[in-house]
Amino acid sequence: MTVNTREDIKLSNAQIAWRAAQDILDGAYVNLGIGFPEMVARYQPPGRQAIFHTENGILNFGEAPPAGEEDWDLINAGKKAVTLKPGAAFFHHADSFAMVRGGHLDVAILGALQVAQNGDLANWRVGSKGVPAVGGAMDLVHGAKQVSVITEHVTKNGDPKLVEKCTFPLTGVACITRVYTSHAVVDIKDGHFVLREKLADMTIEELQAMTGAKLHIEGSVADLVVPEL
Amino acid sequence: MDKTIGSLAEAVSEIGDGATVMIGGFGGSGAPIELIHALIDKGSKNLTVINNNAGNGRIGIAAMIDAGMVRKMICSFPKSSDPRAFTDKYLAGEIELELVPQGTLAERIRAGGAGIPAFYTPTAYGTELAEGKAIAEFDGRHYVQERWLKADFAIVKAHLGDTYGNLTYNKAGRNFNPLMCMAAARTIVQVSKIVKAGEIDPEHVVTPGIFVDRVVEVANPSQEEELIRAGVAYAAPESQGAQA
Repeated sequence: MTVNTREDIKLSNAQIAWRAAQDILDGAYVNLGIGFPEMVARYQPPGRQAIFHTENGILNFGEAPPAGEEDWDLINAGKKAVTLKPGAAFFHHADSFAMVRGGHLDVAILGALQVAQNGDLANWRVGSKGVPAVGGAMDLVHGAKQVSVITEHVTKNGDPKLVEKCTFPLTGVACITRVYTSHAVVDIKDGHFVLREKLADMTIEELQAMTGAKLHIEGSVADLVVPEL
Repeated sequence: MDKTIGSLAEAVSEIGDGATVMIGGFGGSGAPIELIHALIDKGSKNLTVINNNAGNGRIGIAAMIDAGMVRKMICSFPKSSDPRAFTDKYLAGEIELELVPQGTLAERIRAGGAGIPAFYTPTAYGTELAEGKAIAEFDGRHYVQERWLKADFAIVKAHLGDTYGNLTYNKAGRNFNPLMCMAAARTIVQVSKIVKAGEIDPEHVVTPGIFVDRVVEVANPSQEEELIRAGVAYAAPESQGAQA
């Protein structure tokens, strides 16, 4: 039986990033994972300014400089050239990860291959072939007050990414607190997925069919409303 | 006291075969490219190299790997925009890899410099990178025991260095460098400018000179990213013709 994964209505990556950005409060200290999560920085609501942390030792970095004006000692964790905002600070790697594990960050947002209903995350490798590379992923899932994932709801093959138990190698155990997907916002609470928001043009049954574990309902489920971007 | 030294070749002259060498930098940021290339010129073999990455392109650590100098890499992320040097050797079984989460790598180096033989961290608990390691529970959470990392040598890049070895860094080029300075038996630093003792405000010293043994000046250090964009491949002088 083929599940209808509602590709017709799904949010774009920019829209998923926008939704995640709405939950970041003014003055929050935030680490965004390399790649897709970096998009979240573009969609801070007006009047709010988060302070972004990059694990290679900067707080309050900003946009890329114009081409030709890069200082290649001033990069982010993705090795891209960045600039500084007023009030920026440098620090060495041990202090940087003390900020992470020590509970000083408010929010960390990562990508995912799979998220399990107990909050386990798999996002660093698919199997045992090739060159393994973990970077800071296993550290970043520990310590922040909110550790969120942004992701498509299903894989390109239509397989669920929200699952009962991860089958890919784990990045961390019981570490994820919230998942923003192309179709829904889901919290992880007491070992369960709790559905908070879903796209208005789909039913809970349709969303459940494309989810690999039970979606629990507590009270009402809000519409996931995102602007055109 | 004067820790300054006149040439890159002299600065790396003690790094012999089989040494464990911490190399500073995060990607190209803070990477001591000139010291690495001087080490390639020396041609030491069978090295264990500790760095966040495992080289990029055909320069720096990648060129060391290409030259067959590296027996083992201890790193968090052996990938880059051009990871061929490490990837080819790794897939051929010609280089050993100890993969360490980035924050654990930093803390292991810090611990090595601080005289702390082991510590517990939440990082990697329940994952394949914690296999075989001691686990302990503190206040209801599980933690993985990790051991210190020390090295025979550290080679790092800083910005200013004085004759006593006090250092400042350039922006995010700091990264692993202050930690590696602490964790090696001998620390060799390339700086953009050597100044007299007293010219760095003590309030601004990031690495105190007690952690530094040798300081060599490289006035306009190469940046890995710029060398890669220019298509540079580094090889020791006697073999440059063959590589060209």
